[in-house]
Amino acid sequence: MPSDKKDFKKVAYYPGCALEGTAHAYDRSTRAVGNALGLELEEVKNWNCCGAMEVKNIDPKIQTYLSSRVMSIAANEMGHDVVMAPCNGCYHNLKKAEFDLQNDAESRSVVERISTKAGHDTYQAGQVETIHALDWIKDEIGEEGLRERTKDALKGLKVANYYGCMYTRPRHIFPEKDQGEGSESSSQPHFMDDLLAAAGAENVDFPLKTACCGGAHTLSDSDTSTLLVTNILKAAEASGAEVIATECPTCHSGLEMHQIRAEKTLGYKSSVKIVYFTQLLGLALGLDEKTVGLHENISDSTGLLREKGIA
Amino acid sequence: MPIHEEHLIRPENLSTHDDLIIDGIDVSGHWSTFIESRVVTDYNEAIEEEISNLPGGEFIHRCWQCGSCTNSCTVNAVNPEFNPRYWIYLIRMGMESELLRDKDIIWQCVSCNKCTYACPRDVFPEGVMKATAHWLELKGHTPKSPSTIFDEIFTGQVVETGKIEEGRILRSFFKRTGQSLMQDWVITMVQRMIARLPVKMLFALGWGGVFKPRTSQWARARSAINEYIVEKEEDHRQALGLDDLVDLAKQELSPGETRPAD
Repeated sequence: MPSDKKDFKKVAYYPGCALEGTAHAYDRSTRAVGNALGLELEEVKNWNCCGAMEVKNIDPKIQTYLSSRVMSIAANEMGHDVVMAPCNGCYHNLKKAEFDLQNDAESRSVVERISTKAGHDTYQAGQVETIHALDWIKDEIGEEGLRERTKDALKGLKVANYYGCMYTRPRHIFPEKDQGEGSESSSQPHFMDDLLAAAGAENVDFPLKTACCGGAHTLSDSDTSTLLVTNILKAAEASGAEVIATECPTCHSGLEMHQIRAEKTLGYKSSVKIVYFTQLLGLALGLDEKTVGLHENISDSTGLLREKGIA
Repeated sequence: MPIHEEHLIRPENLSTHDDLIIDGIDVSGHWSTFIESRVVTDYNEAIEEEISNLPGGEFIHRCWQCGSCTNSCTVNAVNPEFNPRYWIYLIRMGMESELLRDKDIIWQCVSCNKCTYACPRDVFPEGVMKATAHWLELKGHTPKSPSTIFDEIFTGQVVETGKIEEGRILRSFFKRTGQSLMQDWVITMVQRMIARLPVKMLFALGWGGVFKPRTSQWARARSAINEYIVEKEEDHRQALGLDDLVDLAKQELSPGETRPAD
């Protein structure tokens, strides 16, 4: 671990648009888990959309600006040096903006120009470190800490850990990954596996951890997305999983939506349940199913989790 | 002339002759299927530069055709016609007509970035796919794809309010693409959602259109972003020579002559 390792006990929290909408359950379970673990989240004031994939497609530099504004507020108005974003899209975009601002003069000048006109401090590369909810818990609490607090609560639950695309690709925007012992792997990510295993879950050998759910075209090319999601669901079931644990609102709602669509258009019915990893951790920490928002998921896992004595 | 790999054996290039005599020799019969010869003359050498001037296309020149992108491609796995390596080749060779054969599927790149991960030359094939889809639309070869329509609705809302509201985006998208919201799977999804969810929550999710998330004091950021977008659009039109076309059309109308009535 580098000596300049930052403290994640109190971090700036950037929920992002999806967590105010379809992924509300991810927001409430993330906050609840933080609370249960004694970690403090201070929401970024008056935040804006990170630009997602859609703004990048229209113009990548506008996406860089949008993400930089969030980091600027966290750093310059709130005095934070760590921003935690549980959404893979937000996490990815903040990381990408950081990389572009460090390496590309034109990005710096566009961001400076728009920030000045918008009337706020221009974000300077290096002011904050962006982390994912996985880094946050893994680094600050760790597996040992979770093991003590959860006492194997998820015992007997077979989980396929699904990371999606934006958490690890493209590799160059995640300089801290693939740094050996203790760091996350971009080809075989394991942080979610580690945390859920520490809480007692039985992780299955799931080959499509970083496969794509087709989230970018979930509505504009639904047939392709349905095929991609069907592959993921089939692989999870073939590996013996009862639930797929997610860490991205786009993946999560994509899996839920196309699980239904596959049923209607391909006649493929699957019984695997889709749950945010923070919901599982929350339940393992003794929180009740309402607190982690289990009722807000479309995929109804309450029956399964109650039967296992988890919810 | 570079070696190329145009598919010559296509149904439209095959001709069968039941009754054919060449130099006094009867060569008719079912074996005598001929591949018509073809000379490629329609190279458009401007394509590579035009695409490299659009966001994402900047590094297309680095490609050395190893094929790692296509090999790792998510969409290629479900549709073998989707072939980023081949398209990069065609663009660099200037083989426009061949590229246009696939014009309706290039936008289907899902941006999973497996290609970017695999590429040993940092071509950023994902960006090249976006730039190519964008180029096809700007040049008028394809209408706006559903993906572009979605991007525009989404970006429009972010620029307008600073945030997005999923329910509103969904409704606008279905409307602009002429799809019904009352599709079997949408109905089932909503039914399953509301089965266990308090009505209050549905409104909060934006499905009711009541809760409107927005960033406050956003007006100045909005106008700065809009100003930048207008500038970039002009840059792209220039890079693709679209402004020249407009000028040319204007010049062709001699002074005093008025545009014919539509």
